[in-house]
Amino acid sequence: MSVVLETSGLIKRFGGIIATDDVSFTLEQGARHALIGPNGAGKTTLVNLLTGVLAPSAGRIVMNGRDITGLARATRVKLGLARTFQINQLCAGLSTLEMLMMVVTERLGQGTKLFSRLDTNAGAIAEAAGIIERFGLADIMDEKISTLPYGKQRQIEIAAAFAVKPKVLLLDEPAAGVPEAERRELLDTVAALPADVSVLLIEHDMDIVFRFATRITVLVNGKVLTEGTPQEVAADRRVKEAYLGEAVHG
Amino acid sequence: MTNEALQARIKASLAASRRWHPFELAFWCMALAAYFLFPRQLLILNEIAILALFALSLDLILGYAGIVSLGHAAFLGFGAYGAGLLALHVSADPVTGLLFAIAVSALLGLVTSPLILRGNDLTRLMVTLGIASLLQELANSMGRLTGGADGLQGISMKPVLGLFEFDLYGKTAYLYSLVVFFVLFVIARRIVHSPFGVSLRAIRDNPLRAAASGVPPSWRLAGVYTLAAGYAGAAGALLAQTTQFVSLDVLAFHRSADLMLVLIIGGTGYLYGGIIGAIAFKFLQDWIAAFTPQYWQFWIGLMLVLFVLGGREYIHGGVRLLVSRLAAIGKRKGSAP
Repeated sequence: MSVVLETSGLIKRFGGIIATDDVSFTLEQGARHALIGPNGAGKTTLVNLLTGVLAPSAGRIVMNGRDITGLARATRVKLGLARTFQINQLCAGLSTLEMLMMVVTERLGQGTKLFSRLDTNAGAIAEAAGIIERFGLADIMDEKISTLPYGKQRQIEIAAAFAVKPKVLLLDEPAAGVPEAERRELLDTVAALPADVSVLLIEHDMDIVFRFATRITVLVNGKVLTEGTPQEVAADRRVKEAYLGEAVHG
Repeated sequence: MTNEALQARIKASLAASRRWHPFELAFWCMALAAYFLFPRQLLILNEIAILALFALSLDLILGYAGIVSLGHAAFLGFGAYGAGLLALHVSADPVTGLLFAIAVSALLGLVTSPLILRGNDLTRLMVTLGIASLLQELANSMGRLTGGADGLQGISMKPVLGLFEFDLYGKTAYLYSLVVFFVLFVIARRIVHSPFGVSLRAIRDNPLRAAASGVPPSWRLAGVYTLAAGYAGAAGALLAQTTQFVSLDVLAFHRSADLMLVLIIGGTGYLYGGIIGAIAFKFLQDWIAAFTPQYWQFWIGLMLVLFVLGGREYIHGGVRLLVSRLAAIGKRKGSAP
């Protein structure tokens, strides 16, 4: 299988603290890859480095053979790198439909069109319809996002990331804070993502990780502790120690 | 639901949000009717139309893009001086002056936009305030060009389109301002319902999501700031042309502050807030000034404090309820074959 995303020697320092310490890892085409690790392991920092929110102190990020280390956030999105956030980042005053139309028209390069109409934009409407259908948002598409329950908002968060037609999708704790009753639906959506999208899942919840991932990377104190199949990682004593250690100290 | 049915529903939903509501049409008809109904109030109606256009300009950046400004008079004044100077030295044709004022103000907006892209609301308030004060002092010190404290005198406008002579009662003035305002309003309405407009609201609500969706926030904000500056410049041109005079007052702080009040009264982000606010503000000012000429600002101040502390939610709630009732009527009509 070919590699879509690769980091080599990635380092991020915040003053004296090293949040990401020489991380080299690869994400393969169509992967269902999970990134786990105790609190403070540097998972979200790594996502921020990959998406360009933070600039690395050293190291390289390569996507589909292209060095994206120095590229702006919006450019990486255009190349097909999308993410969801640990805490929902939605446009509260827009309706679900409006927000998805925003993402879709932007992807189609129409974001600077001052006089173009949305209701006659057949291409964008067809795309938005596909996303609304896939994520089961048809009933609530006209509601203001701020009025929707948290579980639905979490779905929209993933839908918005999916709407940029990503090649690589980074899901930062998609199930965090979702009540048990709505969890099932959310996990089904994540499981049903198309196979050609490579997914990197950052997650605390081991149930989700072991159900979803075919490959797992364990991050501890900013470093890659180990990487392997779920069975290998589950059997690794150092992983258990890292988690137990966290339970004792944290 | 099949995908086709869903697409049709999406289309209908998007069309409904941009369709002209009967309520809006009635509103513009009333604005035109006012010309015939209140022939002795045309001067104040003209002032209201200009203030409303100025407020529409602020609404574009504040209501749609979340950019606060306490120095929007910079663009009003720049446009007013631009139109005034052009009339004095080059051409006294109103439409030429209007287009010139829009162009130079938009240019000023574009040039100053990098200053408002960074920082938070407080920085933006201070930076915009600073730019307006700077311009006012510049206009003051460049007396030979601007007339300094005496103002720009001796402007004599040619008839609008060569046909309509400006008169003392404000007949031509009001119609001219109203038509210009209406045209610019229609353009603004179109823009806020475009992909560009939606991306602005996305940035306003959540810059992080906008950036994660591939929207470059800085460029979009610079774009709408330039646009709004052009709109404010148009308001300035109307002011200069219909009063045939420009004073330093067009750049004064109270202009920017009053404008903020207008939008606070009328509400932001639905285009009509500026108009409603302008009407309320001007009539309030006029009415209070009539019975207490010396202390009118005291009463305006008091009312605004009360309004912002308690009345606003109440009044806006009432307005919203009324609008949603009317919208429901409009939708029923709209969906009937």
